[in-house]
Amino acid sequence: MTLFDRAKALLLLEFLKGMALTLRYAFKPKATVNFPFEKGPVSPRFRGEHALRRYPNGEERCIACKLCEAVCPAQAITIEAEVRADGSRRTTRYDIDMTKCIYCGLCQEACPVDAIVEGPNFEFAAETREELMYDKAKLLANGERWERAIAANLQADARFR
Amino acid sequence: MVAWFQSELGTGLGWFVAHLLLVLAIALPVMAVMAMSTWVDRKVWALMQLRKGPNVVGAFGLAQPFADGIKLFLKETIIPSGASRGVFLIAPMISFVLALVAWAVIPFDAGLVLADINVGLLYLFAVSSLGVYGIIMSGWASNSRYPFLGGLRSAAQMVSYEVSIGFILICVVLYASSFNLTDIVESQKGAILGVFSMNILNPLLLPMAVMFFISALAETNRPPFDLPEAEAELVAGYQTEYSSMAFALLMLGEYMNILLMCALASILFLGGYLPPVDWAPLYLVPGIVWLFLKLLFVFFLFAWVKASVPRYRYDQLMRLGWKLFLPISLFWVALVSGWLVFTGHFSGGGA
Repeated sequence: MTLFDRAKALLLLEFLKGMALTLRYAFKPKATVNFPFEKGPVSPRFRGEHALRRYPNGEERCIACKLCEAVCPAQAITIEAEVRADGSRRTTRYDIDMTKCIYCGLCQEACPVDAIVEGPNFEFAAETREELMYDKAKLLANGERWERAIAANLQADARFR
Repeated sequence: MVAWFQSELGTGLGWFVAHLLLVLAIALPVMAVMAMSTWVDRKVWALMQLRKGPNVVGAFGLAQPFADGIKLFLKETIIPSGASRGVFLIAPMISFVLALVAWAVIPFDAGLVLADINVGLLYLFAVSSLGVYGIIMSGWASNSRYPFLGGLRSAAQMVSYEVSIGFILICVVLYASSFNLTDIVESQKGAILGVFSMNILNPLLLPMAVMFFISALAETNRPPFDLPEAEAELVAGYQTEYSSMAFALLMLGEYMNILLMCALASILFLGGYLPPVDWAPLYLVPGIVWLFLKLLFVFFLFAWVKASVPRYRYDQLMRLGWKLFLPISLFWVALVSGWLVFTGHFSGGGA
């Protein structure tokens, strides 16, 4: 450091430059997303909370083929099935342990009837562990609640499949 | 006011009640301002980091400090089993009380000061030096590594910068020919070209104002000199083992000290309660408003620096304090006193 540099450092010019920069930033538009009130964009392929869907006539899509149970790498899915009185094969039990699930989306890929899907919802934190043991009723309720968003996402992504 | 209370309640009790009320009249608004200053702080950092800052609790997040206070109040006070109980609990009180006690000599307006003592500046200097005890006691009493290191760092840092602050104060005192804070403010009235009431516009005092500001940052452990609580290395320094209200008191003491330094900077260099320009209509605005605006401006500078500058290394901090600030301020005392004697500043009496 030459004597001139030292004298220049005494003027704090570099500090002033830096502070001018931060002051300019103070007036820039903010990057904040006001989270609980506004949310960031979510891709149609987003893999969030699971849902079981129904056909428009109200019939369950799931035919208890157990492909999802077989493919699930975390072994989070448990399915039990019976033949119903009308002769169609349906699940009597469809549980997902959400604490095991790794949100890989393979269940959705494996499903031949688009019954199990991962919806756009990512806010399903719970206060107890038990609340994260999803059963069939919970998954079907999710399907009803998110059907419009799920259908729109599936359609948006359909041409890439 | 004191006389009225003394006639109603007798000499001793009347004096006590009157002064108690006066103390509360200063302490409560100061504490309210301090609570809001944490909000200002967070808002300024947020703006400079392209964030919005607290904006949910109350309008513009204004109630955030109180929400934080209630949260801290409801937490459990944890005293580490290895800690020295008494000292551990006294330390936050010391740092809080000392920060509050200093406000006694701050003139909020002409004559509006609790203790108009003739060595007000020395009193402030003494009280702020004592403030290091709260920190070093909390660091020692925690009986833990990080608080201990934080306490040591803080002690060394505050002692080092107090030296140069002392010389800087002397420069201002030489101009004012008085240690009384009200006199110091009054001495700035129209001092610059007969128009501006600000010491900082005096070319001889401008470098001192900058150095005072930097020393004040170091004195209050603010970034870039927040080594005592450098979270990257010391967790939270001397505050590490504290929780609940004990932590709140340390935190509040820290902010109170920052506000005190802001007030001191406004009084010494920005003309205190005087309007910046010596022009009659500006005197219609109460002096306390001017002081508050100046205080707010200096506080904004504190927050601005924190948002801009990275933390110093400890040896850099010591180098700055002892090898740069001390010689410069010492030289400046000689320069200012020489200039004042040369221009006949003292010939009119006083001093």
